[in-house]
Amino acid sequence: MSDRPIKILIAKPGLDGHDRGAKVLARGLRDEGFEVVYTGLRQTPEMIATAALQEDVDVVGLSILSGAHMTLLPKVTRLLRERGLDDVLVTAGGIIPDDDIPALQEAGVAAVFGPGTTIAEVAAYIRSHVRPPEA
Amino acid sequence: MSEVGIRAAELADAAVAGDRRALARLLTAVENRTAIAEAALRRLYPSTGRAHLVGITGAPGAGKSTLVAALIAEARLVGRAVAVVAVDPSSPITGGALLGDRVRMQAYASDDGVFIRSMASRGHAGGLAATSTSAATVLDAAGFDLVLLETVGTGQSEVEVAATADTTVVLEAPDMGDEVQAIKAGLLEVADIVVVNKGDRPGAQRTAAQLRAMLTVTASPRLATASPRVASAARDQAADKPRPKRPEVLITTATTGEGVPALLAALDRHRAAGRDGLAAAARLARAEAQVWAIVSERLRGRFHGAAAGPATESTLRAVAEHRLDPYTAADRLLESLTGGRSPA
Repeated sequence: MSDRPIKILIAKPGLDGHDRGAKVLARGLRDEGFEVVYTGLRQTPEMIATAALQEDVDVVGLSILSGAHMTLLPKVTRLLRERGLDDVLVTAGGIIPDDDIPALQEAGVAAVFGPGTTIAEVAAYIRSHVRPPEA
Repeated sequence: MSEVGIRAAELADAAVAGDRRALARLLTAVENRTAIAEAALRRLYPSTGRAHLVGITGAPGAGKSTLVAALIAEARLVGRAVAVVAVDPSSPITGGALLGDRVRMQAYASDDGVFIRSMASRGHAGGLAATSTSAATVLDAAGFDLVLLETVGTGQSEVEVAATADTTVVLEAPDMGDEVQAIKAGLLEVADIVVVNKGDRPGAQRTAAQLRAMLTVTASPRLATASPRVASAARDQAADKPRPKRPEVLITTATTGEGVPALLAALDRHRAAGRDGLAAAARLARAEAQVWAIVSERLRGRFHGAAAGPATESTLRAVAEHRLDPYTAADRLLESLTGGRSPA
């Protein structure tokens, strides 16, 4: 069936203890018709890669506020690649300075959504960039 | 072999050989009911039936996910490989779902003996997804010793899990209801083990005592005082009747792990005891449910297929417009399949 829902992992890497934004996003994407796996706070890159693999998600959305994105996000994308998940779309959101975006894209983060991005925008981006489903 | 057959064989063999990526992809195929999934399930089914399938069900917030996490920890201590299928509801409006059961099961990221998969119910109403049984079959084939099936938060009558699992655990929270709740038909009736979770809360002991008192009441007549003839007739009748289960009632505190070793031991006992007729009956019921689900799906497929589609459509319309009753409509559809005569 080709109309199967797109599956998204929403994860918060690092130590910041605030996940209201990630929860609002998870809920919003649910309402957009996605299947959203939400894994909660304080995820290590290993936890995120394992969850992405076991859940066979199409998209990994990383929410990060702590400022550790230049360390943590490339680590996540590297682990995903190592486990053969190089066709998974990786996006990030939270507090990420514009100057850091090119390096993150270089590391495999496809898109960075800053504050003020609407859920509809995120949903539209995901729908147009996700890998095609297997027959 | 067809292209689908080759891909299915590749995925199935890799999943059985321990390739977790292949396992995950195969589970996706199963959820999406693809041709690859069907071919893979045909290939894997004969080698399954080894895992212990345990259903965990109960009201939302009773602590199912936390208990599953505690059971994983306990099973890992004794070296068993554990897989989890955790089901959360899909939105009836958008089809979307928020799958949040992993939040409490995070500690095993680098442990290859643990595999956790979330599933959306996708419109299926019994507390599981329509494909949960097949997902459990795949995990069984992949060599997991224990497969935990966590249902959506259930109400009183989502009893489907009992037809899927070898052992059904029903979770209750302390003070969720009085003794009358315990004697209502439904969920508690299908429990092999009843767990009162949140055992550190006031009322846990009392709730467990009430459940024990109510669930172990027997419905059998007092044979001892009756005449031999009456007693023997009653026994004959009783043998025909489905016997109510007499579940063990345990107390756990999943957040601390208190009572969880005893629960794992009870699961093992139930499984060991179940190698008799009752478990055989349960397995037959499961086989029946699986086969009939496929038969019904295939029948629908045939009625809606290219050849029969228009006739089916007009029959359904006639019922909608009250020109035809639904029984006659069903008979006509079945007759059209057998090419005329229906067996009735």
